[in-house]
Amino acid sequence: MGSYVPNTKKEQEEMLRAAGFSSFDRLYDDIPADVRLNRELKLPSGLSEMEVRSSLEETGKKNHVFPHIFRGAGAYRHYIPAFVKSTVSKEAFVTAYTPYQAEISQGLLQSIFEYQTMICSLTGMDVSNASVYDGAAAAAEAVAMCRERKRDTVYVSAAVQPQALSVIRTYCAGNGIKLVLVQEKDGRTDLEALDALPEEAFACFYVQQPNFYGCLEDCSAIARIVHNKGGKLILGCNPISLGILKSPGDYGADIAVGEGQPLGMPLSFGGPYLGFMAARKELMRRLPGRIVGQTADIDGKRGFVLTLQAREQHIRREKASSNICSNQALCAMTAAAYLAVMGARGLARAAESCMAKAHYLQEQLENAGCRRVHQGPYFHEFVTVCPPGLSSPQILKALEKQDFLGGLPLDDSRILWCATEMNTKTEIDQLVQIIKEVAEA
Amino acid sequence: MKLIFELGTDGQGTDLLPECDVPKADPGPFARSSAVRLPQVSEVELSRHYAALARRAHGVSDGFYPLGSCTMKYSPKINEELASMREFTGIHPLQPEDSVQGCLEVLARCETMLCEITGMDSMSFQPAAGAHGEFTGLLLIRAYHKSRGDEQRRKIIVPDSAHGTNPASAAMAGYEVVNLPSGPDGCVDLDALKQAADEKTAGLMLTNPNTVGLFDRNILDITKIIHDAGGLCYYDGANMNAIMGIARPGDMGFDIVHLNLHKTFSTPHGGGGPGSGPVGCKASLSRFLPGFLPNPCGSRYSLKRPPNSIGDVKAFYGNFLVVLKAYAYLLELGKEGIPEAARNAVLNANYMMSLLKGHFQAAYDRPCMHEFVITLEQEKKTSGISAADIAKALLDHGIHPPTMYFPLIVQEALMIEPTETEPRETLEEAAKVMNQILDEAQKEPSTIHLQPLHTPVRRLDEVAAARRPIVCYEYPQE
Repeated sequence: MGSYVPNTKKEQEEMLRAAGFSSFDRLYDDIPADVRLNRELKLPSGLSEMEVRSSLEETGKKNHVFPHIFRGAGAYRHYIPAFVKSTVSKEAFVTAYTPYQAEISQGLLQSIFEYQTMICSLTGMDVSNASVYDGAAAAAEAVAMCRERKRDTVYVSAAVQPQALSVIRTYCAGNGIKLVLVQEKDGRTDLEALDALPEEAFACFYVQQPNFYGCLEDCSAIARIVHNKGGKLILGCNPISLGILKSPGDYGADIAVGEGQPLGMPLSFGGPYLGFMAARKELMRRLPGRIVGQTADIDGKRGFVLTLQAREQHIRREKASSNICSNQALCAMTAAAYLAVMGARGLARAAESCMAKAHYLQEQLENAGCRRVHQGPYFHEFVTVCPPGLSSPQILKALEKQDFLGGLPLDDSRILWCATEMNTKTEIDQLVQIIKEVAEA
Repeated sequence: MKLIFELGTDGQGTDLLPECDVPKADPGPFARSSAVRLPQVSEVELSRHYAALARRAHGVSDGFYPLGSCTMKYSPKINEELASMREFTGIHPLQPEDSVQGCLEVLARCETMLCEITGMDSMSFQPAAGAHGEFTGLLLIRAYHKSRGDEQRRKIIVPDSAHGTNPASAAMAGYEVVNLPSGPDGCVDLDALKQAADEKTAGLMLTNPNTVGLFDRNILDITKIIHDAGGLCYYDGANMNAIMGIARPGDMGFDIVHLNLHKTFSTPHGGGGPGSGPVGCKASLSRFLPGFLPNPCGSRYSLKRPPNSIGDVKAFYGNFLVVLKAYAYLLELGKEGIPEAARNAVLNANYMMSLLKGHFQAAYDRPCMHEFVITLEQEKKTSGISAADIAKALLDHGIHPPTMYFPLIVQEALMIEPTETEPRETLEEAAKVMNQILDEAQKEPSTIHLQPLHTPVRRLDEVAAARRPIVCYEYPQE
């Protein structure tokens, strides 16, 4: 049995007596007999470290790690530099709590300040928080930021990732915000439909760039329409794409959010990931969660603290801007370490490769009879429709047999593909060859 | 020390990716006009930068960390290693079910074990943290009342000793918060509760042992009062470490529970997260749980959304790797180790409290559970020594201070939670240091306000930070 209790039985007995107890049982005198569990837990007996390792290795074998992945849809496989892993596995970072005691937590606080700065550079915003749970939760928190007494309706593009929509819906149901979907047209937000929305009660509009179908939205036009109605624009963005694409700030967005997982975090069956949130200065005091600020100590030395805490739950209780307490700090550090080691040049190369490989993949798929569904420009994801006589499951099954995880099936005939810098030309050619063979068979 | 932006120079940095092997695609009008401003620093300088940051951080591996209500126990190294196995990290969340059976097995088995420990019937791992779990639990309460057509229930009762996330979560779920004053013993005042509970009550949020480290002996009466009024009882699992394997929220009358896997079940806190705040509930509420749950069918699992699910509170299945670490911890401790850990957590707290007796005033002078609260109210009045003074003085001794000024019902509070993984020696040394600090301060009160003296920075001006916020580095003008 594994145990991490260091005190020996003899020490425990001595401590019990010194503290004035005659037995372990007496420690729990306050727990009434009728709520005590007067039996053993129905759990297996404890295992040694060696046994636990082999047990989880057995469990791990029941998963299949695909060496060739062409699926994204909210979780992306990118190259993770060795530097990132070695940095964020430092024990002082891993085993610390939230940096409440600033004097001995400058390392963490400074790392968060650096993270906030990098997120601001990336998104073109003025202020970033220290992270929230994931991209979907970030979108939901951003929506809550925009609610005003007379503006209680949020509009969401139908072309956003379904998980983000689902989380926004759940949060809105909680706090009584009305949610209305704005239809898509050819894989992008229908600007006419957006323009036709009533000004009254318009709190904000949430759209993603690139959106769920990989398409690039006309965000300048969207910003114009939304601002004309007195609403705020929340732009969800893929952080890798920002290496080469215009930032939310460039488009005039009010709040930028997104899923930070592509910045150095493995796929990990969906988590832990990273929700990043940044906003224009005017919205700073509405941001949820921790924010680190610069200050000085009594000797005038530069230092960092958790700041603007008057927004937070431990001070404001039911009047707080959000209930968030724990966030994804180590994931934020991962993203910062990733951005630092990649640098602007590396990030741009990752983004260029993603876009180039996706376009190459799309052309090759077209040759194999998988036509792209939408017309407009796209980043590293796109949707195809299967050739006559072939269904999504048939194509994907054939690929799985050859150890390829193909795109995400949207239905029986449409597949959402993704390519990143990890996909080589050879691999793409192989994938297309497999599909051609299925089509011919 | 320098910021990362003050290191390196134009053109420095490392090329980690190969040249692209296919023709470039042109982003056209979507292209950004100038490069993102990011550090341009060589890998060796980056490596030294983060090493310096790590030296300026304090984790459980750096020293004693009795931060009350946070359960800063040791995180077994094996769990970190298991969570970095490629067989788990390399799995896309939207892979075919057949190819993720290992992940589903982890979720399903962890659910079974944690349900046994809490006395619940099913559990969703989607919530990413304690507060996220609270929000989820409150949405379950809403869904339950709504399903019965009982939508007049607008109030959630929260004791004034509760963690701030409780009222904040209730507000986020659209509820009106009724603050319940605690009795003189720090526990729920039954008469006040009876008065507060009525046909408008949707539920009660409670943590037991409570935030002053005491087990509320009237727990069965408390949950009965709420149930009789037609409400549900929500258990905040922040303090579960004291009682796991000893008593179960489900047997105390609670309907919904959240756990903090990053507290009770040893997963490290990462300087603020990621945590994991799974929510468990009784069978009658299972149909409302969020996300997709692993469902055994024959020898395999399939993912199923509960029929009346509240939806999703996060994408996918929660902080999966955190759940994996907690699962490994459960396997290690097993049925013997779980209650043994709880007993030793309670023993360590009581032992440490006894060592401070005679110097410090306990807020409630009776045996405690896994943590206890001391008050500097007298010292503050007589000699100006505050809870913060004691905390800041501890920094010079390499000890992380206890939680300060919480709970709000105790003046000048310090909340101490040693956890079961600290050896006797550490407790004795820490108590000696604390007693000495107080003795010296009482002799010469003025010196303590200047401490710490030996930390990388000294006391920081928080007021200035909030008044003129600098939350982002400004590059010098060129």
